[in-house]
Amino acid sequence: MSRAPLIVFENVTKRYGAVTAVDDVSFEIGAGEFFALLGPSGCGKTTLMRLIAGFETPDSGRILIDGQDMAHMPPHARPVNMMFQSYALFPHMNVARNIGFGLVQAGLPKVMIEARVRELLRLVQLDGLGARRPDQLSGGQRQRVALARALARKPRLVLLDEPLAALDRKLREETQFELMRLQRELGTAFMLVTHDQDEAMVMAERIGVMQAGRIVQAGSPRAIYEEPATRFVAGFIGEANFFEGVIERVEGGRCFVRLNGSGALAQALFVGAPSASVTLVVRPERMLLELMHDESAANLTGVVLDSAYRGDREVAQVRLADGSMVRVARFAAEAAMLPERGAQVRLSFAPEAAWVLPA
Amino acid sequence: MNARRSLAERLVLGAPWLWLIVFFLIPFAIVVKISLSEAALAQPPYTPVFDLSDGWEALNRLGDLSLSAYAGLADDWLYAQAYWSSLRLAFISTLFTLAVAYPLAYAMARAPLHLRPILVVLAVAPFWTSFLIRVYAWITILKDEGLLNHTLLSLGLISEPLHIFASDTAVVIGIVYSYLPFMVLPLYNAIARQPPELIEAAADLGASPLAAFWRVTVPLSASGVLAGCLLVFIPAIGEFVIPDLLGGSDTLMIGRTLWVEFFDNRDWPAASAVAVVLLGLLLVPMALYERSQMAEAEA
Repeated sequence: MSRAPLIVFENVTKRYGAVTAVDDVSFEIGAGEFFALLGPSGCGKTTLMRLIAGFETPDSGRILIDGQDMAHMPPHARPVNMMFQSYALFPHMNVARNIGFGLVQAGLPKVMIEARVRELLRLVQLDGLGARRPDQLSGGQRQRVALARALARKPRLVLLDEPLAALDRKLREETQFELMRLQRELGTAFMLVTHDQDEAMVMAERIGVMQAGRIVQAGSPRAIYEEPATRFVAGFIGEANFFEGVIERVEGGRCFVRLNGSGALAQALFVGAPSASVTLVVRPERMLLELMHDESAANLTGVVLDSAYRGDREVAQVRLADGSMVRVARFAAEAAMLPERGAQVRLSFAPEAAWVLPA
Repeated sequence: MNARRSLAERLVLGAPWLWLIVFFLIPFAIVVKISLSEAALAQPPYTPVFDLSDGWEALNRLGDLSLSAYAGLADDWLYAQAYWSSLRLAFISTLFTLAVAYPLAYAMARAPLHLRPILVVLAVAPFWTSFLIRVYAWITILKDEGLLNHTLLSLGLISEPLHIFASDTAVVIGIVYSYLPFMVLPLYNAIARQPPELIEAAADLGASPLAAFWRVTVPLSASGVLAGCLLVFIPAIGEFVIPDLLGGSDTLMIGRTLWVEFFDNRDWPAASAVAVVLLGLLLVPMALYERSQMAEAEA
C-alpha cells in the first residue's frame, strides 16, 4: 500500500464477557481507499467497525486515525462518519435537516449549511426532496439520505454498515456502482462492512476477510480469490474444491501430490517438503471435465449428480468414486455443454489451477 | 371493506358507544339539566323536577329552566378564583411532575432490557395501596412536627420547622407524588421505543451526549410528554382529596368548591354549573391532545 495509512489497528482486542469479538487485530486502511471488511455474521466485523466509530472501546491495543490515538476520543469528536444498516434517520426531521444535522452540530452558519445540504442532495440525486420526511421516502431514497448525512461533514473515513442489505437485488447492483463512483469522486476512504462476498469483490480495492474475531487475510479481490490464505477464505469467497493429499516429490518447480481417497496423482506449481500433507484448492471453473472413454487413463472419476444452467455459466456436481463431491463450472459461452445427470466423467485440473495450502 | 357488517361486529363496535352514552352522556345531560334548575328546599333539592311519568307534558315546563346558577357563578368572584387557583396549582404540579418523571422514565427506558418490566411494576406499585392512605401519610411527613422537619432539624439544616403542611406547596407535593406514575408511563413508553442507534447516529454526527439528548431524545418523546402532562393536568384540576387533606384553609380548588356546594350548601344547581364549566375548561386541553394524537397517527 503506497498511500499513508489513515486508520491503523495495533493488536486490538475486544471482549464481551467470555466472547472475544475482536481478537488481536492489526491492519491498516489507506487514505482514500475503498476497503471492505468481509465475514460471516458474528465474525466481529460489526464490532471492529464500532471500535473505529468510537461506540466501543478496545480492551487492549491501539486505534490510530491520522496518526492520532483514539483511546479517549468520544464518537462525536472522531473524523469518521457512519452509515447505519438501519439508516438511523431522525424521524422527526425532514431530509434536509437530517443531512444538515452534523453541520448544525459543527456550528456552521445557516447559509453554508443550506448550500452544503443542496450540494449533497444533488450528489445523491435527491434534488427537491429536502422537505420530505424519512417515512415519505422509498427504501432506496432513505439509503441515499443516510449516505448524504454521513458525507456531510467531509469525514476522512465513511463507515458503511451493510449499506445495501435492505435494498432489492436490482437496486443493490445499481447502488454498488453509484457508491464506487461517489468514492472515486470524493476521494474519501470508505470502509464497507458486509457478509456478501459479491458486494465486497465488486466494490472494494482491498478486502479484509474476518473469521472468529481475526482478519485472516487482507488483500486485493484478485489475491483473495486466487491465493486464499486459508481454507476458510477459499470457501467463503466464491466456491472451491478441496483435495487433500501428501507431497510425493518435488521436481522442476512443481510438486506431485498423491490425493487421499482417489489415490490420483495431481500436480501443482508449488515447492514443498516431500511427505508434507497439503490441501489443493481448485475453483470450479478451473476443473476440467470430460466424458470417460478410457478408464485406465482416469485421474479422478465420478458421476454427474446434478447439472444446472445459470445463463452466464453452467454448474455441475460430480460425486467422485471415493464419495467426495466436486463442483465444476463452465462459462456458457464455451462451446461444450456439461454432460447430463448420471454421466460417467473424468475430472482433472492443470498444475497452475491448483493453489496449495498446508493441510 | 365490506359494507354490511355482521351482528357480532356491530355489537363489538357499538360497545364503546353504548358505554359512553350510558355512563357519560346521560349522566352529563342530567347534570346539565340540574345546572339549569333552581335550588329549592325539597327532595330532590331543586326545581323544576322532570318525571318520566309526566311524558311529553314535561316539555311544556322546559321554560322553567333558567341560567340563574351560571349567573351566580359569574357574580361571585370566589368561583373565578377557585377555577384560576385550580388551573394554576394543576399547571405548577404538572410541571414539577414532568421534571421528576422525565429522569425517572429516562433511567427506566435506558435500563437493561431484563430489568425494565420490574421497573415498570415498581413505578405503579404505589397504586397497590389506597390512594387515601398514601395522601394521609404525607400529613405525617409534612406537618410541622413531621418526618421531614424532624430530619432537617436533626441534621441541622434548618433551625425552625418549615410550615409546608396545610399550604399550596403541600397540595403540589401531594399531586406530584400521586400522579407521578401517570406521567412516568407514557414518557417511559415514548423514550423506550426510540431505536438506540438514533443516539449513536447523533453522536457520530458530532453531537455530545447532551446535544443528542436535546436534539433527538426530547423531540422524539414529545408525544409522551404531552400525554403525560394531560393525564396529570386534567384530573389535577378537579382534585378534591389532596387539597382537602393537605391544603390550608385558604387553598381554593374547584373540587373543594364543588363539595361545599353539594354537601354543605345543598345547592345542586350551583354545584352542577361549577361541574359543567369545569368540563368546558377541560375540553380545551383534551381537544389539543386529540389533535396531536391525530397528527401523530397521520405521520
